[in-house]
Amino acid sequence: MWDGSTFLHYLHSGYLLTGAAISLALSIGAMAIGIVLGTIAALMRMSQRRWLRQPAGFYVWLFRGTPVLVQLIIIYTGLPQIGISLGVVASALVGLGVNEGAYLAEIIRAGVASVPKGQFEAARAIGMTWAKTMRVIILPQAARIILPPLGNSFNGLMKTSSLASVISLEELLRRTELLVQVKFKVLELFCVAAVYYLVLTTLWGFVQQWLEARASRSLSATPGDARARPARIALDNAALSHDAS
Amino acid sequence: MPRCPMTHPDPAMAPKASQPVVIEARNVRKSFGHTEVLKGIDLKVHRGEVVVIIGPSGGGKSTFLRTLNHLDAPSAGEIWINGAPFGFALRNGRAEAVSDAALSMQRRQIGMVFQQFNLFGHMTALDNIRCGPVQVLRRRADLALADARRLLALVGLADRESAYPAQLSGGQQQRVAIARALAMEPAAMLFDEPTSALDPEMVGEVLNVMLDLAAKGMTMVIVTHEIQFARKAADRILFMEDGMIVEEGHPARMVDSPKHERTRRFLRLVGEAA
Repeated sequence: MWDGSTFLHYLHSGYLLTGAAISLALSIGAMAIGIVLGTIAALMRMSQRRWLRQPAGFYVWLFRGTPVLVQLIIIYTGLPQIGISLGVVASALVGLGVNEGAYLAEIIRAGVASVPKGQFEAARAIGMTWAKTMRVIILPQAARIILPPLGNSFNGLMKTSSLASVISLEELLRRTELLVQVKFKVLELFCVAAVYYLVLTTLWGFVQQWLEARASRSLSATPGDARARPARIALDNAALSHDAS
Repeated sequence: MPRCPMTHPDPAMAPKASQPVVIEARNVRKSFGHTEVLKGIDLKVHRGEVVVIIGPSGGGKSTFLRTLNHLDAPSAGEIWINGAPFGFALRNGRAEAVSDAALSMQRRQIGMVFQQFNLFGHMTALDNIRCGPVQVLRRRADLALADARRLLALVGLADRESAYPAQLSGGQQQRVAIARALAMEPAAMLFDEPTSALDPEMVGEVLNVMLDLAAKGMTMVIVTHEIQFARKAADRILFMEDGMIVEEGHPARMVDSPKHERTRRFLRLVGEAA
């Protein structure tokens, strides 16, 4: 029997709502770690120097090639054996973040590669160092390309964060499970959890749309605007009858 | 077309030759893989001098220009700017490459204008111009802003300061690019086919800005196919082919009565295309 009143009751329970907030916070934290690691790994992979390229390639290969669930369990349950105890929250953040970074590295690398080479040369020509060129010129423009896949990746991460329940982090799924053990309303409670995840990803969808619209503003030229205004400098084409180039 | 009297048949006798040397290339060579693109080029550009490099595509003109600010590092040979080694340092009499930071510092002295404009796509015209002074020279924000506005007015685009590159025509973009290079107050400017990517009706507005700069005494090295512009603006024309300077001389002499058969053939071809 479907118990509608239980479903509606827990739909606005503080206990599960807090769990959803923890899931969101965990996802944001892991995403932040992932963006930093992914950017570093992407730039390393694009380097001319093999000693930079190879470790980054190894990192991406290792963490994309193994399940994040296995990574989480190794970090939380396995690493204490060699003296590295990170605790539940840190393990979840590191596990999800490092895994995310490996995926973002590929996305960011593609974004950077999509910025025309001339942008790099122009920045270098006005005396910018490599690092400044990346930070001020290349990455902001790559961001426009990166944003859509990055947003999808964050959507995925919010759902993947439920794996942290396995290492007993009390996020949304773990709290739901704990509640189920007391209330025995399996279907109703897991449906509540599903609704919360749906709300999170839907809200993120709106944020993503807004971010993408903002980022592409400078790219959208108004048609016709470009040639509407005559050049102020008097044309002197008679004196400069130019040949074809 | 009447022949111009050869007032300065020898470039060494041109008045600007008494000015100090700003850019000096010594036996510059450049190879890509097994292909040698530059086969030992020597050039001295004096302060206030306008040197135009002409020649067929693939002759190494652009590559040579790019070695002058180390966008392409020479495979051999040296670049000197204002009497100081550029992109290398002499240690115990031997040339060694300098760090990225040091090279970036030296590059500020040389402005560059590209065929494809290369304006920063995520910045307005104004931000493109003040980006260098603010980010690289650490100029005070208000001074950089005033200077950028002055330069934008200089290239005739005072009313377009908040336009993004995609909202500007090719000619307008190139004029902003010239202002961006000028904002660094360079000792010399390099132009790599600045009008080749432009629609014909926009070529004049860019060349006019360049003539204006030349008249103000800017030291310039220009790679172009605009022969009439070269004749008018240059103090000296170099003809480059197969990675070598085939012939150089006074513009009127070079354009109207080139000595070398290869120069004559090139000018004839360019003239027919016009």
